[in-house]
Amino acid sequence: MYIYDEHDQRLVDERVNQYRGQTERYLAGEITDEQFLPLRLQNGLYVQRLAPMLRIAIPYGTFNSTQMRKLAHISRHYDKGYGHFSTRQNLQLNWPKLEEVPDILEELASVQMHAIQTSGNCIRNTTTDQFAGAAADELEDPRPYCEIIREWSTFHPEFAFLPRKFKIAVCASEADRAATQMHDIGIEVVHNAEGETGFRVLVGGGLGRTPVIATEIVDFLPKQHLITYLEAILRVYNQLGRRDNKYKARIKILVRAMGIEAFREKVEQEWATIKDGPSTLTEAEFDRAKSFFHSPDYASIDDNAAEASLAEQAAQNPAFANWLKRNVDAHQAPGYAMVTLSLKATGYAPGDLTDQQMEAVADMADQFSFGEIRASHQQNLILAHVRKDQLLAVFEQAQAQNFATANINYLTDMICCPGGDFCALANAKSLPVSEAIQRKFDDLDYLYDLGPIDLNISGCMNACGHHHIGHIGILGVDKKGQEFFQISLGGSQDKDASLAKILGPSFSSADVPDVVEKILDIYVTLRTEEESFLDTYRRVGIDPFKEKVYAK
Amino acid sequence: MPNKIIKDGAVTDDNWQVLDAQATEVPEGAVIVPLSLWNGQKDTLAQRGQLGVWLNSDESPQLIADSLDNFDVVAINFPAFADGRGFTYGRELRQQHNYQGEVRAIGEFIRDQLYFLNRCGFNAFALDGVDLDKALDSFADFSDAYQAAIDQPEPLFKRR
Ligand code: HEM
Ligand code: SF4
Repeated sequence: MYIYDEHDQRLVDERVNQYRGQTERYLAGEITDEQFLPLRLQNGLYVQRLAPMLRIAIPYGTFNSTQMRKLAHISRHYDKGYGHFSTRQNLQLNWPKLEEVPDILEELASVQMHAIQTSGNCIRNTTTDQFAGAAADELEDPRPYCEIIREWSTFHPEFAFLPRKFKIAVCASEADRAATQMHDIGIEVVHNAEGETGFRVLVGGGLGRTPVIATEIVDFLPKQHLITYLEAILRVYNQLGRRDNKYKARIKILVRAMGIEAFREKVEQEWATIKDGPSTLTEAEFDRAKSFFHSPDYASIDDNAAEASLAEQAAQNPAFANWLKRNVDAHQAPGYAMVTLSLKATGYAPGDLTDQQMEAVADMADQFSFGEIRASHQQNLILAHVRKDQLLAVFEQAQAQNFATANINYLTDMICCPGGDFCALANAKSLPVSEAIQRKFDDLDYLYDLGPIDLNISGCMNACGHHHIGHIGILGVDKKGQEFFQISLGGSQDKDASLAKILGPSFSSADVPDVVEKILDIYVTLRTEEESFLDTYRRVGIDPFKEKVYAK
Repeated sequence: MPNKIIKDGAVTDDNWQVLDAQATEVPEGAVIVPLSLWNGQKDTLAQRGQLGVWLNSDESPQLIADSLDNFDVVAINFPAFADGRGFTYGRELRQQHNYQGEVRAIGEFIRDQLYFLNRCGFNAFALDGVDLDKALDSFADFSDAYQAAIDQPEPLFKRR
């Protein structure tokens, strides 16, 4: 993973000092609330329903056991002993004290972490595939490019006060595990006919009130131009993005209003003035960035033998067999596998982890995965490089910590935002709904029979829980002061991305699990063999679901 | 009486007078006129010994690209500090139009933006309501930066 040199370290240290000074001036009344707002947001500090909320960046989702132990310490010492892994590869703390945030940032800086630009109208933490550098279906490791983007976007002097937040995601594999089409800029690493690396760049995606799937702006951008091209896009957006209405301020609205051709033309004009300029990337810089992401020191393992003994272990232990099938994925290196630790046990808020569990994950990472951990946008954690002959041991430790629910990609592996229990913008409490669904559908065999289903829940139309791109999406709405939930079907976040369609009038919180059950029953009746929920939905459309769910 | 502003890294006296957007009369002395006034009275204004123009946040430097030689000062107004268009304008003036005169920030920008403004090519700051000597500290918030900008044309990756 990326290791700071003296430059990186100095910048985060200086950031801590800067923010300490700003906090002091704020507390002394020298900065107004309004002026302090963007300053604290750009250091990840929101003021929420019950307390401030601090968002800590895990750049492109990769971190190490030392950093995880520090997060555990911070959660224990400055908060109430737990944290929330979000869909943006960040960790959120729900109860820090405003006065203590500079100290928390200093603790973070001591392990090469920060909360820079995790909020505010600036370029946010760049996200990517949680399996980067390990997945079998990968073209290249996307993280060197993410790091190059991280450096460019960190304290970018021109783009700290954009019309609205700006999110960039990168993917480099067959499956898009980073939902790149739902980002302000989505970048896909591609190779051309000559085998050279470049980027297919998409622009103008996003969720929120107006969900939009991103549009291609360039099909092959030679890799050396990455930064100048991004800069050109941001410059056009910074000048032309709407600032009169924050609901119309995202780049997706601008791209739509101008049309992609006109937008592209503007970007090309802007780009012409900086293309091949000093920010053009060099081979030396690609080599430097890549040097941090070389493969760990894999043992040489006979994969067939490892598979054979795994099969034996699985035959004797059905729970382990289930887990292997659902929570373990194919690795690039023979004899290795990727393990997803499920943070979706029934009765626990999706993505939440206690300080003690954080330490347990750190220990497991040290013991089994070269000390490295990943956070996924589905709010789970990953040990990316586990020897197949150690999978059983990992399974047992994961069970002891409640991380072994064998539900990855199944209905109860849901995405859920913090909702009305924590968030000041919420229309409804999303967490109790997720728990009620988990309780109703805790029969794993039934879940496996249903096949993979993404169920995503947001407490309001800001869509932090990605409800637009769930196969089943659930959205909290306010009806005359009462909490209701609107259900939509048919969203997808993969390469075949689609936005979910609203089923019909909304339901009370108590009714949601039964409605979900009806939807699933309809699917089971209508599906042909091997057809997933999404396939069936796409074949039959929303009407059969609508008719049955609302039938009197 | 002169105002105090920050210019080229120090607190200095300043005699420039900024005319408001509705102004039609141009007084004697060093004035910074709104774009509309410049557009309406180019010929007479161009005769003055000293002249500045100011752009609002929806007025791109493109609009004065052909007349930059007339201005000792181009001021960029921040109607609200969160309106970040001016950062791009500063950079555009220096980088695309190679403007060598004074680029001044006016309006509602705040002390905590000085470092970024400076990087974007601003060299004068009409900052209101704060202790200017203390505000100078904010220029040193960071000792280096990753990106190329006006103050440092080479990105860090070429200097590591
Ligand atoms: C609790 C405090 C939170 C607040 C106040 C908040 C606020 C918001 C707002 C206002 C938006 C809409 C932005 C727009 O449409 O322009 C948004 C979008 C989003 N938030 Fe949050 N959020 C919070 C927590 C979270 C959490 C915990 C996650 C991750 C689980 C998250 C992930 C996202 C995502 C993925 C989007 C959609 C981004 C897009 O439109 O591209 N947020 N959030
Ligand atoms: S979706 Fe709404 S309720 Fe949920 S975290 Fe985001 S802003 Fe809060």
